[in-house]
Amino acid sequence: MAEEGVKVHGFWISPYSTRVEIALKMKGVKYEYVEEDLQNKSSELLQYNHVHKKVPVLIHNGKAIAESKIILEYIDETWKNNPIMPQDPHEKAMARFWAKFIDDEFLQPLRKALFFGEMEVEKAIEETKVNLKILEKVLEGKNFFGGERIGLVDIVATSIAYWVPLFEKAVEKKMLTEEFPKLCNWKNKYVNHNIIKEALPPKDKSIAYFRARFAKFRTSS
Amino acid sequence: MAKGEVKLLGSWPSPYVMRARIALNLKSVEYEFLEEKLGVKSELLLKSNPVHKKIPVLLHHSKPICESLVIVQYIDEVWSSGPAILPSDPYDRAVARFWASYVDEKFFPALRALPMAQGKEAMEAAMHPVKEGLALLEDAYANHSKGGPFFGGGQISYLDVAFGCFLGVIRVSEKVTGVALINEHTTPGLAGWAEEFCAHPAVEDVMPDTDKLTEFINRIIKMKSQSPN
Repeated sequence: MAEEGVKVHGFWISPYSTRVEIALKMKGVKYEYVEEDLQNKSSELLQYNHVHKKVPVLIHNGKAIAESKIILEYIDETWKNNPIMPQDPHEKAMARFWAKFIDDEFLQPLRKALFFGEMEVEKAIEETKVNLKILEKVLEGKNFFGGERIGLVDIVATSIAYWVPLFEKAVEKKMLTEEFPKLCNWKNKYVNHNIIKEALPPKDKSIAYFRARFAKFRTSS
Repeated sequence: MAKGEVKLLGSWPSPYVMRARIALNLKSVEYEFLEEKLGVKSELLLKSNPVHKKIPVLLHHSKPICESLVIVQYIDEVWSSGPAILPSDPYDRAVARFWASYVDEKFFPALRALPMAQGKEAMEAAMHPVKEGLALLEDAYANHSKGGPFFGGGQISYLDVAFGCFLGVIRVSEKVTGVALINEHTTPGLAGWAEEFCAHPAVEDVMPDTDKLTEFINRIIKMKSQSPN
């Protein structure tokens, strides 16, 4: 029986719903997971997130919370063990800034190129590398984006640690190269963390999924 | 507190800058307002926000904080003895953040496209998502304001600040299109809220005058149409 009625509506390959699962697992919160068929969304999902009709949605005690970064802060404020957010207001602000940067800036060129065919893949990779350089500097002197421990930015950056390598395999192009030693080091530590690796979707199935998904926009390689 | 400790880089027309100013006013924080000139980014801005090179930037003890909603939350957390901007309950906080995010990601992009729409058909097409957005926000106001007058109930709060800063642009759009986007018939809750918000002491001095803002927006539109992009 899930603790205090905690449910997650997600999609197996969505980095956004994986983030939520990671946070709950890091806090040791038991939850019921509901896999959504995005072509045939459940009436529950449509009711709980009537504005965006998207995953993930967290349901806690009958109340729904949507938008992954908002859900992460809700989880942190509700279950206070193993904090995800720093205590210091300036560090908190930096965490929120970088989390937003990853979603709004970093992931956009790859989304545009691979998911929508609105940009050349080479250009998207170029822009991604510029952003990787920025994030490489952020990791200076730290083990994780959260400092000594995994924090909000690390969890949001699961998209970088696990999904970027999936994209690399799907399109047979490298982005997260030895040019970024701190990021590579961080990535390896992060995806092999005993709690985090349980939440990640299976590698081969994921690569196959993205290969098929990107096929219509791929120029012959 | 010494005034020099808190600086805000911004400009008078920007709704995002307004968010920071309202938050500082709510907490009665004295600050130095450094006005950026249109089209020219200062050295201080480029140094303080190298990633985005955008306003607002809050400088507190010379440490920069960027992104308007990040700034508002920072102000709320640092000057914690002043009136709370975000509610204390985690669910209420999540609801406020959700709608603030909606305003930024869906509502404002639709609103911003309105003055650019040329011709009746384009205008009607551009109007549609704005009206839809206002209907959703009217609903949110009805569901969460607990009798109001603000989204935060009796006190002005995070979502009031996040959404209210766009009232200047909404009024300009109403003037330009001749359509009352917020009105007593379709959005009665928002109509009452808008009046209360704009009259609030933390807001009235930083909400731009509609005519001045219309002139400014027209200037921007002209600049954009003249420069090849």
